This record gives sequence, structure tokens and C-alpha cells, in this order.
Amino acid sequence: MKPAPFEYHAPSSAAEVVKLLEELGDGAKVVAGGQSLLPMLALRLAYFDHLVDLRHVEELRGIEQRSTADHGDSLWIGGATTQAVIGRSDVVSALAPLLSRATPLIGHFQIRNRGTIGGSLAHAEASAEYPAVALTLDAAIETLSPRGQRTIPATEFFTGIWDTALEPDELLTGVQFPVWGGVNGADASGSRCGFAVEEFARRPGDFAIAGATVAVQVSGRGQVTRCGIGLFGLGPTPLRAAAAEAAVTGGSALGDANQAAEIGAAAMEELDSVPADLHGSAGYRKRVGAAMVAKAWRRAIGEATGTGGPDGAGNDGAASEGAGHG
Amino acid sequence: MDDVSIEVSVNGRPRRAAVPARLTLADFLRERCQLTGTHLGCEHGVCGACTVLLDGEAVRACLMFAVQADGAEVTTIEGIAAPDGELSAVQAAFREHHGLQCGFCTPGFVISMTAFLRDHSNPTDEQIRDALSGNLCRCTGYQGILAAVHAAAGAGTRNEVVS
Repeated sequence: MKPAPFEYHAPSSAAEVVKLLEELGDGAKVVAGGQSLLPMLALRLAYFDHLVDLRHVEELRGIEQRSTADHGDSLWIGGATTQAVIGRSDVVSALAPLLSRATPLIGHFQIRNRGTIGGSLAHAEASAEYPAVALTLDAAIETLSPRGQRTIPATEFFTGIWDTALEPDELLTGVQFPVWGGVNGADASGSRCGFAVEEFARRPGDFAIAGATVAVQVSGRGQVTRCGIGLFGLGPTPLRAAAAEAAVTGGSALGDANQAAEIGAAAMEELDSVPADLHGSAGYRKRVGAAMVAKAWRRAIGEATGTGGPDGAGNDGAASEGAGHG
Repeated sequence: MDDVSIEVSVNGRPRRAAVPARLTLADFLRERCQLTGTHLGCEHGVCGACTVLLDGEAVRACLMFAVQADGAEVTTIEGIAAPDGELSAVQAAFREHHGLQCGFCTPGFVISMTAFLRDHSNPTDEQIRDALSGNLCRCTGYQGILAAVHAAAGAGTRNEVVS
């Protein structure tokens, strides 16, 4: 037995989970799919006196379309919903296609059968796909603690390496993804959206050396009206390329031939702590990252403008073989 | 730390045990059930040798605790062939197409492909390669494995790229 000993708890409601976390204090950890936690326990990178398992907490599983007067349409996914279920969901592919397209890039199908969206976000691996998707789509993270419920914007959730805004006694209960206007073809105002994720990994299923997510909304007149560019593997946390987004928002969706490459380069200019390891220097990662942004931008714009579908974009000649594999 | 009582159906047979919470499902199967066909390579989720079916879905037995399988149905490599010993289609194809050399990784490959082919009746070459990516073969006998999966899928030989 490789992990250090711990006491096992399997409560059946979110309220009981939170009560346990409050009683047990810092020595307790929530386990959902365990696909990141168990390797850390096996390698003794981490150990806890108590594990609180979510396997019996049914209220944390599910996928629902929700509509509120304040926030419009949204897609709600329970924190303990597995990546496999998300990847198969027609509701997800209709309302948040970026999430569907990112899912096959997570680990392998055996991992996705156990791994959960809440686990992906709470673990907050900087080179993982779901945290970048949540940032890019302006998702909000729902939590429960002894102090009650709260909703944390994804942009305020990722605070450092494997660190989030979650308190030790706080449970991630669900994620809300706003449904972008024009996600399924032109909306009433003529806007259409495009979404793409691109990453480069040494082998399918490995953590990406660098990756990018792009969500873009284009008006009927061809103007970029909303844009999210997410970066992963390029800093201590997943990131938004805010300056690059601002530079393209309001401009023409179909710029000159260098538009995608320029956006890729601009997205890298904002980075100040790119990781370096035996898989690649910081400089290499930025070159890969720029190529991934450019490629994702082309695909997303192609979809939003009808000049190419999500699978219709050409290869830009950069490192690309990580795309489309699990 | 007290042991936890669990009941798991393993290859159709109920198994009751009191186990330490930190015992992985893989160690439970090997040491408590004496089902040593589930192999342990890396023990942190990379190699896929320990893959088993949990309620029909392929999972890493090293990446869950036995206590988390309480009440579940587990199928190991010992439960894949028919009771009379007749090999499953995947097993027969692995033998026919030299899909194993030393055999260490084979249980994980067979389990993964059993689940994959159940869910994909007519997979493309790209889908098969992607599905195989979660299992490692240190003999690097991937061409035979690929041919075996194509054959089991009824999708032709390894030289025919199906699209």
C-alpha cells in the first residue's frame, strides 16, 4: 500500500461533506474521481488524515440547462460529473461546445471514466484543459461551506500553482457556463460564435507543453463582439490573454493574412512566468503557445464566420500533432 | 485507522472483505481475491496494466481505493473468457495477430479494448489508435496489438487505414 493511512468517509449529501470538512479541519481532503489525487497520494506528494468521498452525493452529478432573468441562459454541471459523461452529452455540445471539444484531450478514456469536472477545477493544474475552458467562457464556480453558498467567477478562482480560492472547508458543488449568444448558428441579432482548443503534447494524454482555447463571437457585420483566449501550460495557473483579447474585440473578424499569427504573438507578450523543464524551455513554450493560439483563432473564426468549420481549418505548419488526440 | 467492510462483485462472484481504506482496488484484486491477472506497472495511472471494468467502464484499478468499489461490479481479465475457457473475440484476436510478447501489459490492453469495442462498433483507425494510447507496451509490440484490435473490430488488417 503506497498511500499513507487515512480515515475514509462517504457521506450522502453536500451538507454532510461540508460538515465533515469543518469538523476534520486541514487534515481532510475531498476525493471525487481521484485521478489526480491518487497519484499524488501514491507518490506521497500529499497525505491526509481523512478522505471525504463524493461517490454517494447524487446532488453533485448532472447536466442542466438553466435560465434566469439576471444571467440569461446557462449550462450547469455538477462538480462530481465525470468527464466521460460531459464528453458524451448532447446538451453540453449544443450549449458549450468548447467544453465538449476539450474533453477528449484529457488523459485517456479510462481516466475520463473516473475524473470529474469539479476535480479538474479544484486541482487547478496549470496545463489542464477544463480550467482554461472555464476561464475562456467566463464560467462561474459554485461552492458550499459552513458559511453558505457562494459563486466565484473563474477569473478569480485560480490563485496559484495547484491553488484556488476554495477554503479548506469549502466544497466545489457545480459550474455554470454562460451560453454565448450565437452558439448554435446566428442568434436574433445575427451574431455567431466559434470555439476551438489546440494543444501540443509529447504523447496523446500527456499534459500539454502549451495549449490555447479560443471563444469568439462575431456580429452579422463581421465585427468581433466578444472574445476569450485561454492559455494553459504557460504559467503557474491557467490564464486569459486579456490584452490580446482587447486588441481584437471591436475589430474585423477577418483581418489580413497575418492576423492569427499576430494574435498568437500578442498573447505571449503578456506572459511573465512561463515554466521551463526538461520538456521545453520557456522560450520554446512561448513559441508553441503562439502557434496554438493562432491555430485555435483560425478555427474559431472559421466557425463563427462560416469560412470553415471547427474541423475545416488548415494546418498552419506549427507543432500540431497533439491536437485531436486524447 | 479501522478497516472498512466492503462487498464487491468480482467476475460475478460476491467478495466480502474488511480492508484498510488505503488499499487500492488493484491490490484488493491481487492480494485479497488472488486474481493476479490484473497487473501493476506504474501504480500511478500512466501505464494502464491494471485496467479493469468497473460497472462496465474501463478504469485504472490503481487509481481508486477498494472501499470506493463497495457495491460495484468489477470484471478483471480472469472474467473475460467464457466459463468454459473459450477466448473472447478480443483475446482470440490478440493471439491470432501476435498482440502480445511478454504479456505483462496484455490484461490492461484486453480490458480497455473490450470496453472500447463494445462502445464503438465500427471504429476508425484513428479512434483505435487514440483508444490504445492509454496503455503502454514495453516490448513496443504495438503493430501486433493494432492489428488485433482491427481484426476484433472487423475493421480489416493493420495495413488498411479505415476512415
